[in-house]
Amino acid sequence: MIAYILRSLAQAIVVMLAVALIAFAMFRFVGDPIATMVGQEASVAERGEIAERLGLNDPVVVQFGRFVLGIARGEFGMSYRQGRPVAELLAERLPATVELAVLSSAMALALGVALGIYAAINRRGILANAAMALSLIGVSLPTFLIGIGLIYLFAVELRWLPSFGRGEVVKFGWWSTGLLTDSGRKSLIMPALTLGFYQLTLIMRLVRAEMLEALRSDYVKFARARGIPERSIRFRHALRNTMIPVTTIAGLQLGSVVAFAIVTESVFQWPGLGALFVQAVQFVDIPVMAAYLMFVALVFVTVNLAVDLLYFVLDPRLRGNGPAFAR
Amino acid sequence: MHEPLASAERLSARLRRWWDSDIAWSYRHSPVAIAASAVALILVLAAVFAPWVAPHNPFDASTLNLMEGFSPPGEPSPVTGRVFLFGTDNQGRDVASAILYGSRVSLTVGFASVAFSVALGVMLGLVSGYLGGRLDGLIMRIADIQLSFPAILIALLVFGVARGLIEPAYHEQAAIGVLIVAIGLSHWAQYARTVRGSTLVERNKDYVLAARVMGRSSFAIMRQHVLPNVIGPVLVIATINLALAIIEEATLSFLGVGVPPTQPSLGTLIRVGQQFLFSGEWWILFYPALALILLALSINLIGDWLRDALNPKLR
Repeated sequence: MIAYILRSLAQAIVVMLAVALIAFAMFRFVGDPIATMVGQEASVAERGEIAERLGLNDPVVVQFGRFVLGIARGEFGMSYRQGRPVAELLAERLPATVELAVLSSAMALALGVALGIYAAINRRGILANAAMALSLIGVSLPTFLIGIGLIYLFAVELRWLPSFGRGEVVKFGWWSTGLLTDSGRKSLIMPALTLGFYQLTLIMRLVRAEMLEALRSDYVKFARARGIPERSIRFRHALRNTMIPVTTIAGLQLGSVVAFAIVTESVFQWPGLGALFVQAVQFVDIPVMAAYLMFVALVFVTVNLAVDLLYFVLDPRLRGNGPAFAR
Repeated sequence: MHEPLASAERLSARLRRWWDSDIAWSYRHSPVAIAASAVALILVLAAVFAPWVAPHNPFDASTLNLMEGFSPPGEPSPVTGRVFLFGTDNQGRDVASAILYGSRVSLTVGFASVAFSVALGVMLGLVSGYLGGRLDGLIMRIADIQLSFPAILIALLVFGVARGLIEPAYHEQAAIGVLIVAIGLSHWAQYARTVRGSTLVERNKDYVLAARVMGRSSFAIMRQHVLPNVIGPVLVIATINLALAIIEEATLSFLGVGVPPTQPSLGTLIRVGQQFLFSGEWWILFYPALALILLALSINLIGDWLRDALNPKLR
């Protein structure tokens, strides 16, 4: 168990270093760091001096080491476009994205598992088939079109919900939340629906498929033969075993949450990290792009670690000194 | 004298064999595949022949009439009395023509980026699987890391970096090329993995050993012997990825980081149309969105059918 955790941790560190190398390469080789600081008019001597001060004349390995240490301390440099420290920009935008991602994921997970179980148990029901058909649309529609569709329905036609922004927010230190005000909560609904829709359909289809398979398995037949109540079979036997792949996929899907957050935040002008990143790409603001890349990598690595550890809780076979862990 | 007859016979025999093949049979018995391929074919043909099909060239300013702006679909324009099937936008541009020309850009980027990622992925997968060793380890680790990141993020990143490297004056000319590379680079890993897997199996088969005994070079064996045997699954993934690439291009253009406004794709048209959603001119947004959905959905359904038809387990 400890060896396994250590191995996962080592893998995570290797991934982070690889991503840091890409981020470093972007900083160092895309555009001219000196020109972006002093402009085109600086003399050769001035440039040399700045290069020396920034350590640009040191060996690349030393520079990379310094870069990694800087990131570990939360220093990402200055945004080219806004002239403010990138770390400050990220901290300002982080709460909006976290709130949106957590809420939409929670909704997708709860609804997805519930609908998936329902669709598996009532396989030929009208409601189950309707949900399956709807999920097919969810998989093939681009995210931004779902967002626009919701805006058209709820903001233009019905005028129930605001079409952009985050509403009023309440500040707690550096964290800001929109959950405590009426306009904040209203603003959150459509972005959360848009962001969660794809996940919801995916989780639902997965739970249904896994559940159907589990209900056909020998241990369920055996449990029925033993006269265990159907309800108990469904939830204590079948559901438990479907939760392992569901955890994996739902965890790994957090990546797609990040991806769709980029799109969703742009559609709803949500002041989060994804919208910041899109702006950075438009204006070639390399420090912001690099910092966002590191942030996403950190989220991924953390989630993967958490998923690995969750296996131990969900799958008793892994707790012993059993055979090598198959993933 | 007998020559043309013989070749005609051969052709008809070949056609008959093709008609009796499993895949043709599966196609004839799948109404979804027939309908989807018909829709896709119509859309692709309409895009290819846009200059002849479109009522007018939407980007030729001399044919535009500002007075005809915001004509609703199917109704005569209040000023000139001309009828536009899908209406016009704020500059009097025919939405139907804009869609035809826009889907040309979307399809070009889609096909080219898929071709790029297939070429790159198949090459790396072959090398990785056939040669093995450290190179294999390196390529597969890169693929692992990349696969855990969402494609759209990679594409945005590549796009941003490429813009940083290219002089601003050339941004507009290079945009489509950059977009193709960006989307292509975000999908290669899947092909590389698939091809590597099948190459590992093929590598130890007798025909490869025979070719090696004959002294053929590794490169020649990979290209002439292994490649034809591992390319099948790649085509299925490529079909499904074509739909993904088209959606990815539309998303990037919608975000304002895709093609320049002078060469609008379906995504750009949707971006433009969104501005008029609140003032009630829904058609400027609706028809491009519909075209995008039909295109992506029909290609997706063809891909699904192809996957099932080629899967021996389902026969």
